[in-house]
Order: sequence, then structure tokens, then C-alpha cells
Amino acid sequence: MLSDITIGQYYKENSFVHRLDARMKLILTVLFIVIIFLCKNFFALALMLLLTGVSVILSKVPFRMFFKSIKPIVPIILFTVILNMIYIRGGTVLFSWWKLELTSKGVFTAVFMAFRIICLIFCSSLLTYTTAPTELTDAVERLLSPLKVFHVPVHSLAMMMTLALRFIPTLIEEIDRIMNAQKARGADFESGKFLNRVKAMIPVLIPLFVSAFRRAYELSFAMTCRCYHGGDGRTRMKQMKYRVADFVCIFVFAVALVGVILLNNFFGRLI
Amino acid sequence: MSSYIEFKNVTFGYQNEEGAVEKNVIESFDFSVEKGSFVAVLGHNGCGKSTIAKLCNGIEVPVSGKVYVDSLDTSDEEKLLDIRRRVGIVFQNPDNQIVATIVEDDVAFGPENLGIDPKEIRRRVDEALKNVGMYEFRQSEPHKLSGGQKQRVAIAGIIAMQPECIVLDEPTAMLDPRGRREVMKTVRRLNREFGITVIFITHYMDEAALADRVVVMDKGRIILDGAPKKVFSNAKILREAGLDVPQATELSIALSEAGILIPEDALSMDELFENIKTVLEDK
Repeated sequence: MLSDITIGQYYKENSFVHRLDARMKLILTVLFIVIIFLCKNFFALALMLLLTGVSVILSKVPFRMFFKSIKPIVPIILFTVILNMIYIRGGTVLFSWWKLELTSKGVFTAVFMAFRIICLIFCSSLLTYTTAPTELTDAVERLLSPLKVFHVPVHSLAMMMTLALRFIPTLIEEIDRIMNAQKARGADFESGKFLNRVKAMIPVLIPLFVSAFRRAYELSFAMTCRCYHGGDGRTRMKQMKYRVADFVCIFVFAVALVGVILLNNFFGRLI
Repeated sequence: MSSYIEFKNVTFGYQNEEGAVEKNVIESFDFSVEKGSFVAVLGHNGCGKSTIAKLCNGIEVPVSGKVYVDSLDTSDEEKLLDIRRRVGIVFQNPDNQIVATIVEDDVAFGPENLGIDPKEIRRRVDEALKNVGMYEFRQSEPHKLSGGQKQRVAIAGIIAMQPECIVLDEPTAMLDPRGRREVMKTVRRLNREFGITVIFITHYMDEAALADRVVVMDKGRIILDGAPKKVFSNAKILREAGLDVPQATELSIALSEAGILIPEDALSMDELFENIKTVLEDK
């Protein structure tokens, strides 16, 4: 059961989006989020929806994967929609009951917000679906490396991220083993009140922490033996290179940015 | 032959919280390993054999005495990187020495630390993975491999640094019999074909029997040292040190005690079989 855990939510595929440079994907995601928040009317948002749709299709990641990532956000979307419908007032009154009024402006805003959130989830999922976690940490390290000038320990942070990712499956296995050992001694994790169940976890967490520290200690020995001495003078086997496709993408996004600004000015603020 | 690793009158003990050494793990220890040899270090738990591994590349430095690696002093901090590049250590638990989430990235970790050119790293990684027979798993995630496979990845991670000596600290202790065989085969191949000096720390007699030289330790001292056949003929001393003799040797000894005269120094079942066959044919 544990052998099929995948770290992160990387979806293995060889598509145009997968092959893009991880650094570029990270930049594009940030840019995308910025543009989404710049949108002021439905025409601008429609342009971004189109861009999202095209990216999703190019990634070859099945559509149901994206719906899976939307699922946990549904309550937040509903909350935003309801709140906006109630509080935003303007335009024609569509429906009124007691002190509540449903106005056309409120409905428009609610729909607009919902689409905005969906776009955000889609584009951030697209990043994690198409980029392996190691590539992502590498990209973060390389993008942040200028901060070294300000003595930000960029390399150490990236190394910690890599090691954390590496040890997730190991620690899950460990939890499983400890829980089984405690069950064999009569521990009960499933029944009882919430507080009792939390208390039952203590005998699992303590051995887990102890063993995590022991692992860290051994790992540091092993890393020292392999000549690890921080980021200075370290080279990387996998080099990252921007290719033509990366520049095409950033160009497309820049055009989208200009498009959104023009549409904003041309149609004005609709909501 | 010249000695590659040399312990000269080494005393070592772990420090307690106040920084004082409580009890010496090894005392006035002299030991040397020839270049290109395959030495097995045997001993039961707590006899100081893991300490030997850590002293070999300056992870720990002696309280008194010196350890030399290729004539470099391990207590000289400026030489530590040079020493660790020459002597790699493979530890017991493969899970705690794999750094990356992809096999080939992990093997690249050592060479990356040495600041080697990316193309050369790629070449070394591919070569190291082929040498341990894990090339087809280069894109796999380590947690999906078996124990023996993980340990071979760890060995590949060390040989990608092109060391002259590999110290293995009970590399098979957490593996099943199949994993143990895989690891032993790999280590022997590295020694025979590439001339890498191997120090193999273990408590399995059958593994030690495959070495050129066996060193038996007890309470921080060397009690037996020599070729496997010579060492394992001292069954009494071994038992006193809390160790057994290989199964084949044990059976040979039992047979000769029962009056069937066969040589007592058989190390493997095949050898024992041949010995018994000769005795039977002579009759």
C-alpha cells in the first residue's frame, strides 16, 4: 500500500508544458496570478480563461485531475459567492426577502470571483502536476540565488526542502510501523472521543520524533562522508537551460498582460 | 605492497556531555590495510568496529595516536576533503544515506559536492549505476526499491566519487538474504575488477569468509588477523569473542570430532562437499 505513494502531485507525461524550464514555469505562474488579479471585466477574464484552457490542453494532464484539485476548494468558492451576492448591491434588484437583496451586480461579482479562484487553482495545479518536486526545489534555488548577496541561505533552504521531500515516504512508512507496533500492544486509534484519539497518537509521535532525529544524525554523517560542505563550489549534474519554447511562452503571457490592460480600459470596470 | 590506511597507536572514546572521554572504545590500536586488498572486520556488537569506520575518513579523530590515509593525516582539517574523496563509507541503513528523490540525482550528489563538470558527472553516474547493476532504475524513486537495491544505489553514490577505498559498515545487516547476496557480489566485483580497497565490517561469518584477510575484534583489540582459513580454524577463540564460525567450518569440525577425518578449514558448502567427496572416494 505504501509503495505507491508519490511525492507531491507530479503527473508523469511528456508534454510541451512538462518540457518547459521549471524556472520559467514558476515565473509564468506568478505572472499568471498577477494578471488574474488585474482583470476588471468579463472580457479580460475570458482571455485568461482561454489561456488557462490552452495550457491545460497542452499539458496532456487529464481534466479530472484538475477537478480533483478544485474539490477541497469548493467550500471556499461557495463562501465567496454567497458573501458577494449578499454584500454587493447595485444594478437591478432581482430578488428580495426580509433584509436580503439579490442584485444583478452582486450576481456578476460572485460569478466573476468564482471564475477567478478556479483560474488560480488551475494554474497552480498545472505547475505541480507538470513539474517534479526536485525540479521545483532546484528552480526555487536558482531563481532565489541572487538573494545570496543579502546573505540569505538560499542553498541551505533548497537542500532542506529536498531532504524533506525525500523523507516524506520514509516517515510515512515509519508511522505505519509504529502504529502497528502500538496496536499489537493494545492501542486503539479508531474509537473513542476525539480527545481520546488525539491522546492515543502520543505514543506514536514520540517514537517518530526520536527516530527522525536519529535519522537526521545518520544522514548528516553520510552527507559529510560524501564531501558535502554546503553550496560553495558545488556543481549540478542537471543543468537548466532556457529554450526557444520558454521565450515563446513568456511572450504569449506578455501579450495576454497587454491584452488584459487594453480590455480593462476599453470596456471599463464592469463589476 | 604499501599500506593505504594506517592506524598508529590509536586511542578513541566518545565524549560525554561535559566533553570528557568516559571509556575508551579502542586503545593503543595498530592496524593497516594494504592497497587493493579486501579486508573483513569481524566482531560482535560494541567491540569498536563501527568506530574503526568513522576513524577511516576523519568523521571522528583519535583522542591520541594518528590515522593516515594515503599518507594524509585525518586530524588535519584542511586535508579532510581530500581524504573523504579517497575513502567513501557505506552505512548500515540505506534509507538514511540516500539524499535525493530520484536514484540518479542521489548518485550525482557526491560528485556534485566535489565540483566536477556536469558532463563528467553524468558519465560517472551512468558508469557507477551500471557497475552496481542499477542502471535501469536510474529514474526510479528510492523508496520504491528493495533494501538490497537501495544499498546498491548507496554504493553507486560512493563509487561515483571514484574513491580508492570503500569502507562498508555492516551494509547487509538490514537486508534479506537475497539483498545480502546482491551487495556482496557488487563489493567483490569492485575489488577484483577495479582494484578498489575494501574494508568490510560485518558480523556475518559467511560474508567475512569471502575476503582476502579477516580481522577479528573484541573489546577494542584485534584478537585474530590473517587469511580466512587460518582465522576460522581458531573456533575456540572465536566462540570466546561471542562469534561463530562459518557453517561449513562448524560442520567440518563436528565431523572430525566424531572421527571422520576431513580437513577442518572448509569455508563454503561447495568446499565442504568436495572434501567429503574426497574422503568417501578414498575409502
